[in-house]
Amino acid sequence: MLRGFIALLIFQGIGESIVYFGHLPIPGPVIGMMLLFLTLQARNQGTPASLESIAHLMIRYLYLFLIPACVGCFFLIKNNLEGWIIIIASVAISTFATMIIGALMMKYMLTRHQKKSREKS
Amino acid sequence: METASLAIMFTLTLLGFWAATWVLSASQSESVIHLFLHPLVVGPFLVTIFLILLRIDYQQYRLANEPFFFLLDTAIVALAVPLYQQFYNFRIAVKPLLITLIFSAFFASISAAGCALMFGVDISSIASLAPKSVTTPIALRIAEKIGGDLSMTAGIVVLTGIIGAIFGPVLFNRLGIKDDRIKGFILGICAHGIGAAKALEISRKCGAFAILGLSATGILTALILPYIVLFAVK
Repeated sequence: MLRGFIALLIFQGIGESIVYFGHLPIPGPVIGMMLLFLTLQARNQGTPASLESIAHLMIRYLYLFLIPACVGCFFLIKNNLEGWIIIIASVAISTFATMIIGALMMKYMLTRHQKKSREKS
Repeated sequence: METASLAIMFTLTLLGFWAATWVLSASQSESVIHLFLHPLVVGPFLVTIFLILLRIDYQQYRLANEPFFFLLDTAIVALAVPLYQQFYNFRIAVKPLLITLIFSAFFASISAAGCALMFGVDISSIASLAPKSVTTPIALRIAEKIGGDLSMTAGIVVLTGIIGAIFGPVLFNRLGIKDDRIKGFILGICAHGIGAAKALEISRKCGAFAILGLSATGILTALILPYIVLFAVK
């Protein structure tokens, strides 16, 4: 597991460095994640056990890591209640709309895709 | 004294998390209330109450909990593993999945920002709203890059996840969508990790597509949204 953790930190460091030296507006860890993904794809030998166990652990405790950021939100709500009503409305409207349009779109395209592949065979 | 208070504030986070997981396991998993008792609602709420009672301001607390913010970045890198393991699912229908992903990821962002703009919200709030469908650790980093508020984004993203996970299954029912691949993929795109947890309750396949949707949305939005914002500001 330690080896997996070191690997994650190395990729995190590489990602942050690329963003820093390239002056990119992209979050560094996302670059690190993509590089790790590409490395795994290129190796094509499945996930190393040490990496698999640390990744599961990190994702299991993701909520713990997120608590400090969410505490800040409660402080914000306490100070500005009206602003949040608008935000909640925007979030709800946009989430509903995206889910409905996205799901119908995917359904239509999947049926068309299946018809096409059936015609081919 | 300084280190003692740091240790107390750090422990407070761990205690909040522990209490939140306990509350979650004690509540009935079938009810809607269960989703509102999400660890990211209960945990931070308990911590906030303690901070107010102890008269500690947020900046101090945040300083003591800086290690968690660092680990959050490491967790983003760790997301490569589930993405790698579920990636083969993409191959069933590359084009439909890719088009759905690109459209939904952008629509989620732009519609939220558009709604807020119509209601007349300030710019910083709009920047905090834009990454709302992205998995929380990545959303925080995106918000930071485009001038949003970190704490506000955290709240908005969790709220989006809860709304998506509660109403997603209801909407799918109304629309007559029975394919678990569609349900999972859309839940992953629109409601990130909280949606994926819901998808895993539906079926394994649904969960796999949700994981695929959430990691792909994270990457796509992180790569493109900052450039759109830069362009829009100019």
